[in-house]
Amino acid sequence: MSEAGTLEKIAPADRQRAFVPSPRWLFGLVLPVGAAVLYEITARFGLFGARLLPPPSRVFAALWGLGGRGGLLTPVTPPLLRGPPALTRKVQIDPPRRREPRRGDLGPHRAPVLRREFLAIPSLAWVPLFILWLGIFESSKIALIALGVFFPVYLGVMGAIANVDRKIVEVGRAFRLSRWQLARRILLPAILPDYIVALRSGLGLGFMFVVAAEIMGASEGLGYLLVDGQQLGKPAQILAAILCFAVLGKVLDWLLVLGTKPLLTWQDSFARTV
Amino acid sequence: MLTLDRLSKIYANGTQALSDVTMGVAPGEIVALVGGSGCGKTTLLRLASGLEQASGGRVAVDGDIIAAPHPDVGIVFQEPRLLPWLTVAQNIAFGIEHLPKAERDARVDEALLRVGLAGYGPRWPRELSGGQAQRVAIVRALVARPKVLLMDEPFSALDALTRASLQDHLLALWEAHRPTLLLVTHDVEEAAALADRAIVMQPRPGRVFKDIPIDLPRPRDRLSHDFAEAKRAILAALDGSLGNPHSSPTRISAPSGASW
Repeated sequence: MSEAGTLEKIAPADRQRAFVPSPRWLFGLVLPVGAAVLYEITARFGLFGARLLPPPSRVFAALWGLGGRGGLLTPVTPPLLRGPPALTRKVQIDPPRRREPRRGDLGPHRAPVLRREFLAIPSLAWVPLFILWLGIFESSKIALIALGVFFPVYLGVMGAIANVDRKIVEVGRAFRLSRWQLARRILLPAILPDYIVALRSGLGLGFMFVVAAEIMGASEGLGYLLVDGQQLGKPAQILAAILCFAVLGKVLDWLLVLGTKPLLTWQDSFARTV
Repeated sequence: MLTLDRLSKIYANGTQALSDVTMGVAPGEIVALVGGSGCGKTTLLRLASGLEQASGGRVAVDGDIIAAPHPDVGIVFQEPRLLPWLTVAQNIAFGIEHLPKAERDARVDEALLRVGLAGYGPRWPRELSGGQAQRVAIVRALVARPKVLLMDEPFSALDALTRASLQDHLLALWEAHRPTLLLVTHDVEEAAALADRAIVMQPRPGRVFKDIPIDLPRPRDRLSHDFAEAKRAILAALDGSLGNPHSSPTRISAPSGASW
């Protein structure tokens, strides 16, 4: 009898467990809650400049204030109505959490709650804070682009790791690879194709954030040309900028594909044959 | 010497896969584990490889207790499980990275030669047929020179001709260093062709039903009377293990009035 059969037999019990908040889940709360408490304390004692990063108590006070005046309803309703993109985001995030760890897994079930909650925040929501912290010039824009690109790529990589064939991982275990060796010799090469796809989509997303950042306030750059074209009524300039984005995006994507192609000659997939 | 001592395994859901299995396999001996589905053959092999932990009892190789994968124990799975991003030669060398390069290359070349794949070293696994891939998987386990090689139905996915030729390849490989071989199979012919002993297992819970010695000289003539006798003995025990001791091929006929 195959081992797949024995695993199927174990699975139902594991699945039931998945709906109860596990100790692991509670463990995931330790870091964010601990950090919040620590920051609250240091801010109270004036060890940190609490002006630019208010302690949790003041944030909750602000939330309470909005709710108390009935005012929270007003800002919260429109996003809910415009919500579908946010909802699809949530759906993408859920499966890794439901997945119960199995033997040989090294996967995302270890990911602390913190990161997943970060994922749920639309990247553009950070813009006002970045501008307060980093000013209106390049730093805040770079921070926005980096943050916006990082999490989708991260999610792609974690998903790829979760999907690495358990049987291949077992070969590594049978040859007594350490955790580090397992990551380097099995997991890394196994996820490389997915990682490259994640990087490519990250590259596309990066340009989106470039536009977003430059539209919000820049005195140069392609995004500035877009806004300038709109304000001065020059559609030709807008289209020219769009064309530049298209060419730039295509060229960078092509370079990425070209540069990684030698790493993927081993692939036995549909994509290789076309 | 591979010894299993009162080995038992209960899975998390309460299924008892193995109950009190005790057996010893002498150095260089080839033992075939035969049994119906669900009799714990694969579980036994996974415990012996250290990939899973026993609920009770222990596995030892020359006195060393096997609680995790061990350098003296190699395993070949049902599927080749080659790493697709490594060439054939790199796959074979996967478990002997710690050796100096010259030694590694020598072992890989010798192994390829021995299984009739000389010159296949630089190819990708995707270019191999099923039989070729499984041959590579077998030598990948053997180049590390384990004392014990465990095989989990290694030829079950192959056609009959390929299977017979791979069994010959396996015996040739075994001749070189004579590791102890514990082979799970559901193919009675395979057991008779390869093993010094066939151990028939019984399901629910998995346990040893009968230990059948096969005293035939190698190479074995698959058409000889003695070979047929050995097969018959294993089949009879297999029938017994499944609780129908008197069945024989002649009794298996369609019930009268069957519409199929």
